[in-house]
Amino acid sequence: MTTTSVAGRTAATVAARATDLSKIYGQGETQVVALDRVSVEFRQAEFTAIMGPSGSGKSTLMHCVAGLDTFSSGSVRIGDTELGSLKDKQLTRLRRDKIGFIFQAFNLLPTLTALENITLPMDIAGRKPDKRWLDTVIDMVGLSGRLGHRPSQLSGGQQQRVAVARALASKPDIIFGDEPTGNLDSRSGAEVLGFLRNSVRELGQTVVMVTHDPVAAAYADRVVFLADGRIVDEMIRPTAETVLDFMKQFDAKGRTS
Amino acid sequence: MFRTALRNVLAHKARLLMTVLAVMLGVAFVSGTLVFTNSLSTALQNSSAKGFDQVDVAVRPEGREDKGDTVGKTPELTQALLDRSARVPGAASAFGVVRGFTALADKDGKLVGGGFQSEGGNYWGTKDPRYPLVSGHAPSGRGEVLIDSETAKRAGYKVGDRVRMSVDGPVLTPTVTGVFTTDDGNVAAGGSLTLFDTATAQQLFGKPGTYDEIDVTAAAGTSQTALKAALDRALPKDTVETTTGKQLADDQAEIIASSMSGLKQGLLVFAGIALFVGTFIIANTFTMLVAQRTKELALLRAVGASRRQVTRSVLVEAFVVGAVAGVAGLVAGIGIGAGLKALMGTLGATVPDGPLVVSPGTVATALVVGVVVTMLAAWLPGRRAAKIPPVAAMSSVHAKATTKSLVLRNTIGALFSAAGVAVVLAATSMDGSDGQAPMGFGAVLLIIGVFVLTPLLSRPLIAAAAPVLRAFGVSGRLARQNSVRNPRRTAATASALMIGLTLITGMTVMAGSLQTSIDKMASAAIRADYVVSMANGNELSPDVERTLRKTDGVTLTSPLRNAPSRIDGQTEYLTGVNGAAIGRLTDLTVEEGSFTVGGDRVVVDDETAKSHGWTAGSHFTVHYEDGKAQQLTVAGVYRGNDMIHGIMLDTARLAPHQRDAADMQVMVKTADGASGAVKDRLEKALGSNPAIRVQDKKDISNEIAKMFTLMLNMLYGLLAMAVIVAVLGVINTLAMSVFERSQEIGMLRAIGLERTGIKRMVRLESLVISLFGGVLGIGLGVFFGWAAGELLGTRMPTYELVLPWGRMAAFLLLAAVVGVLAALWPARRAARLNMLQAIKSE
Repeated sequence: MTTTSVAGRTAATVAARATDLSKIYGQGETQVVALDRVSVEFRQAEFTAIMGPSGSGKSTLMHCVAGLDTFSSGSVRIGDTELGSLKDKQLTRLRRDKIGFIFQAFNLLPTLTALENITLPMDIAGRKPDKRWLDTVIDMVGLSGRLGHRPSQLSGGQQQRVAVARALASKPDIIFGDEPTGNLDSRSGAEVLGFLRNSVRELGQTVVMVTHDPVAAAYADRVVFLADGRIVDEMIRPTAETVLDFMKQFDAKGRTS
Repeated sequence: MFRTALRNVLAHKARLLMTVLAVMLGVAFVSGTLVFTNSLSTALQNSSAKGFDQVDVAVRPEGREDKGDTVGKTPELTQALLDRSARVPGAASAFGVVRGFTALADKDGKLVGGGFQSEGGNYWGTKDPRYPLVSGHAPSGRGEVLIDSETAKRAGYKVGDRVRMSVDGPVLTPTVTGVFTTDDGNVAAGGSLTLFDTATAQQLFGKPGTYDEIDVTAAAGTSQTALKAALDRALPKDTVETTTGKQLADDQAEIIASSMSGLKQGLLVFAGIALFVGTFIIANTFTMLVAQRTKELALLRAVGASRRQVTRSVLVEAFVVGAVAGVAGLVAGIGIGAGLKALMGTLGATVPDGPLVVSPGTVATALVVGVVVTMLAAWLPGRRAAKIPPVAAMSSVHAKATTKSLVLRNTIGALFSAAGVAVVLAATSMDGSDGQAPMGFGAVLLIIGVFVLTPLLSRPLIAAAAPVLRAFGVSGRLARQNSVRNPRRTAATASALMIGLTLITGMTVMAGSLQTSIDKMASAAIRADYVVSMANGNELSPDVERTLRKTDGVTLTSPLRNAPSRIDGQTEYLTGVNGAAIGRLTDLTVEEGSFTVGGDRVVVDDETAKSHGWTAGSHFTVHYEDGKAQQLTVAGVYRGNDMIHGIMLDTARLAPHQRDAADMQVMVKTADGASGAVKDRLEKALGSNPAIRVQDKKDISNEIAKMFTLMLNMLYGLLAMAVIVAVLGVINTLAMSVFERSQEIGMLRAIGLERTGIKRMVRLESLVISLFGGVLGIGLGVFFGWAAGELLGTRMPTYELVLPWGRMAAFLLLAAVVGVLAALWPARRAARLNMLQAIKSE
């Protein structure tokens, strides 16, 4: 096992941090603990994957850290901003200006062209996009020839590339991906993951991605494992094999215990 | 399969609710229209119905036709005839009926039951079976009257009160000696009935010693027909005619039915339109429903359901929805009908009182519309559902609502529209009544054409709004794109509003133009300061003119007195005027000769002159109603209009040949011109009579306006219903759209669009669709108003198109309000959407 303690890597700046984060649904006997005092940090210019079996709370963790969902107790900070005290309006602003999203279902507006979809967050904010940055991003995802197309005229892989470009275009502090390759074939999936890794390595972006695919997780710098709402382990510089092995062990442990 | 379909209906409560709502709206619109129109027509019908319980045989004078050079005279029903009728074998009793106009003032001096008939009659003897007394006793002499209980209640009168009233001019102030009940429909509808003793009634109504009708009741064991036969034998055949009570009731029913048929047809057209719009709402909803369920239906196919079973399951669902919604819609429709009636009452529109009528026909129509229309509307989407390939169950992609090409639809729409425009334009060049049928046909074609074309029209028209929407940033841009995203749905939503506004705008344009032209005609020809007339259009006693002439400040007066005569074997009505004053009281264009009235010199309007071949200086012989003949000379020919026309001669000439002189109007010119003080003085001089109207030119205009306002109010009542349906239709469509786009909305929220931005987006979409419908409707309405005016113009020289800009702006504003109101709930729903669920849902 290549588990390393978090303490050894505090040198880099933290982009987002959850401390003692709990999320509880329902009350009394029907109470379900989705997140149980989770503490985790996502460092700048790092590509983190969150893994775990179904119902482990990995999506909930991402939603809470990304300001999409509320939490029961603990604290979440994006940069210097504490999310727990923000009203809906402020949270919306924060998501708009500081966070980028990539969803499993491509989630593009069918009435807008590819380019319009990419600049949508900036249009909402009423800001002019940074032309050079925009060109860089579009070049990177290889969409230059298809900017005038509507989502229905693009393949699934191309649609997800538009979504990646949209997340990158506004230069957010952090990008969250919820199973971004879940609906793609392996080749398109590899392309999208490649773009995400490049954005971290070359552009210094911070990316956090929820996935259940060991191959996808292998693109990350670090994998955080979740089970039953708790962080159970962490792996630096993972490969598909090491992740798969860990999962197998973990599953076996779960069954015998 | 049946169980699956049923489960389906119940499984998706929100979806079910929306579908039921859509069908309910259609049904509510139709049944509301039916309830409203039925109630209105029944009330009108009752208002002219009279009971014939106390009449077995009615004896009436037989009218004589004008023949040769004599004016036909109506024979009199004398006391002798009454006595003879009473003695006929088989007759139990006979009583005479005297009727006339009687205006009654309330405590503030205003006419009671204004707008409806104010009637007077006679109370027979000391106990009249027709009018059971609630309190008091029979009247006697000019100082005593009876009033009906409804009027007593309305005006707050009781036995012993003194009331002001008038029959033909002078004011009477009798004491109420009793209050009676009656089944007279006129009273039930809001009119008043005042009774005098028989001799007084005969005097007041100008028929001393005679009756309008003799009602005979049969002795026990004598049939109506036997009594009629006996009366026919006993009474002079050439002066009276007898009718059985049953025949009277039948005749009356027939007359009422035929007079109502026009109104009923007009209102049914509205119900038909309601049905048309309703069907589209329903079909629209089911199309969306099937599109949303593509996956589910494909799954059924994949596990082995046949096409027919899928279609049937959709139809079963439609049946259940239709039945539930039909009942709910009927209830809502009754509510709408009742609400409309109440609304019109409070808005001051005079509608006759009456109970709410829910006929079996209405109930049946509501249910049939609910079930049959829903199933028909679901049939096409159902077939489309059956064609969904089983493999669609595996696909994760949303099925497109409809991607079928609009080419065929546009072609059909263009053909219909072009044909409609061509036919309407052709009709405008036709003459008057000849053009009516083609114009109506063309209008229907054009409306259908535009209806079919709305999806095509939506793009350019909504694009025109883009610059305004751009001001609203991303929300505005998204709203514009969303509104043209599914042109069929946008079109179906907008057309509900379009059709209502087309009718209303068309009618408003026509009514406004007509009003202006009639107004122009009426006031342009009058130079008098005041025109005095009876409130109900009856005749005034000549005393009125005499009184006015003596009033302070009055310089000129002239009556307009009607008298029948025979000229060249034709009946012509002569107008008796004050020859010395009439030239200065009217302002008529003289086409020939001079406007001189006096002695044997008369003036004639252009049309009468033409029909007799007269020119200035022609001579003709007139035979008065008393049979005397006289030669008159045409001094001048003037251009007549709807208000003033005919042969005018001096009253001095006419008076000796008339039995009772009666004036239609009296024209008055005063030294100081029209003013409030002068009007007060004139009214006071006439004894502040509730029955007499003193009107200046403005009052006359207002009165003409009132006539049109009444008509428009009825139409606006129906518009209100169209608006309600439009609002609900837009809500339904928007709610469905929000439901369909919940994933997009969730994504927009996630990437940073605030709740207010989402709300604004939905609201703007609603506004754009509503305004689109409004612009189309108003445009079509103006076209139809113009076309109908062209047709009318051929018969009315002063007709000119008047565009009611203010009203049109109000209608457009109304469309905008509809849009904003309709978006309230869907926008809230969209803004409140749970973003995480929305993003995940596929």
